[in-house]
Amino acid sequence: MIELENVAYSYGGDDLLAGMSLQIAPGSFHFLTGPSGAGKTTLLKLCYGALRPTSGQLTIFGQDVQTLGRDDVAMARRRIGVVHQDCQFLDHLPLQENIALPLTVSGQASPEQAGNLHELMSWVGLLGKEDALPPELSGGERQRAALARALILSPDVILADEPTGNVDWEMSQRLLRLLVELNKMGKTILIATHDLMLIRAAKSQVSTRVLRIANRQLIAAGAEL
Amino acid sequence: MWFRTMLWAVLRGDKAADRVVPPSGFTVRLTLFTSAAMAFLTVFALALSLAAGRLAADWGDVLARSSTLRISAPAGQMAEQTATALKVLEQTPGVLEARALSDAEQQELLEPWFGPDLPVESLPVPRLIAITETPAGYDSAGLRLRLQAEVPGAVLDEHTRWRRPLVTAAGRLRLLGWVAILLLASVTGAMVTLAANAALSANAQVIAVLRLVGATDAYIASAFVRRFTQRTLTGGAVGTALAVAALSVMPGATETGGFLTGLRFEGWHWVLPLCVPPLAAAVGFAATDAAARRVLGDLA
Ligand SMILES: Nc1ncnc2c1ncn2[C@@H]1O[C@H](COP(=O)(O)OP(=O)(O)OP(=O)(O)O)[C@@H](O)[C@H]1O
Ligand SMILES: [Mg+2]
Repeated sequence: MIELENVAYSYGGDDLLAGMSLQIAPGSFHFLTGPSGAGKTTLLKLCYGALRPTSGQLTIFGQDVQTLGRDDVAMARRRIGVVHQDCQFLDHLPLQENIALPLTVSGQASPEQAGNLHELMSWVGLLGKEDALPPELSGGERQRAALARALILSPDVILADEPTGNVDWEMSQRLLRLLVELNKMGKTILIATHDLMLIRAAKSQVSTRVLRIANRQLIAAGAEL
Repeated sequence: MWFRTMLWAVLRGDKAADRVVPPSGFTVRLTLFTSAAMAFLTVFALALSLAAGRLAADWGDVLARSSTLRISAPAGQMAEQTATALKVLEQTPGVLEARALSDAEQQELLEPWFGPDLPVESLPVPRLIAITETPAGYDSAGLRLRLQAEVPGAVLDEHTRWRRPLVTAAGRLRLLGWVAILLLASVTGAMVTLAANAALSANAQVIAVLRLVGATDAYIASAFVRRFTQRTLTGGAVGTALAVAALSVMPGATETGGFLTGLRFEGWHWVLPLCVPPLAAAVGFAATDAAARRVLGDLA
């Protein structure tokens, strides 16, 4: 689905990431860890085309990102659900419209989707918050809303940046179970997180690969888990 | 391709997409006001241009028409001087036709003043020669000199010649009116561009979110373009309506009022102001479209 070959990235100075090679196969479940500032968010941004590698080759759905136009990137994002670390919403629209936004902008909004929306909102525990405005939500509620928004188009790939950063253990277990369910349905999942407990919990439910960014490189982690 | 997409998106409308951009009060109200003011001024400039054009045409017609040569001479010399004057006029370049009025015609002219029973033949009434000029006109100083030498009793009366520089001025005024309209359109474009830029940067987060969830540039841009096009159209319509109302209470052109009272539309020209709101909308569309493309092109 997403392939990196010897990818390097820098924001202008030294390379932040260098020589990264990675294949994210359909149906796989990856965790990405590493110290704060190592470049986890940067790597995810590369994966959904918000950044372009400064060198190396990155392909998304079999297409080299360097050849993708802006509309191609937009189309690719309809197949990639992204949960940002700092979840942003349209602050003037109620929550349910925010969660349905990917449907709206891709012209797929329809009354039949209402059932899906309801189900999804109950999965992430946001029933009763349909008409709240995003600024009125707690950090954890925003993260769950962002996850729901990322899932509404039923994307092939889900990229989540610290999706459980602001929620309690029980809720993070719940979200993990949702992601595991989705993975079992064939979705490809990549989660950036510091939360080793979460990774351990996941390992007991599904076969995952854990990657770590250290020294600008991507290495397989495992021993310490 | 992009242009067609945008035009279609604006014409068709999209309620859901319109909600996506927050109702940003200030820039939008500014746009509304600017386009209303500009439309108002444009309608006046249009009226000015058309009035000046009418004036130039009317006066030009009159100019082309005529001047008069009046010959006062003792009864015995009248016929001779008239014949000489006609010969001189015939030889003068720029004179299309010169014709001495008959007694009957002169009597008709004098009738309002002296009644129908005036014996024109027996009175020392001057003989009138009607001169029709070519559009280019004749050299009046030269003609005067020649007449002075050959027909001492002749007085050349060019009753409309003084208007000639005014006709030129009216032509210039019309040109100025059109230049003003062009300037007003550009200023409207500039203002809308500024307002659209402000709106786009104020909504940076909205744009980022929309990009993240897979909105295309055309979708995002059209939401903004639609809004600004609608506002310039509305503003333009309001401004035009006010200007037309103002013009319609101006008195119509009268013979004595001359130019100033003619500052309004006449006949089918009343249709022209209807073009102003769509033109304002077109300017708003183009300006916002360009601004949106520029801003979006710079984003990830
Ligand atoms: N837009 C940017 N311009 C310049 N430097 C940036 C930019 N974004 C991130 N960086 C830098 O790149 C480095 C990696 O940032 P990144 O957000 O990828 O880290 P991270 O691994 O996600 O950290 P965290 O665990 O705290 O989220 C940081 O040192 C950061 O300062
Ligand atoms: Mg991060």
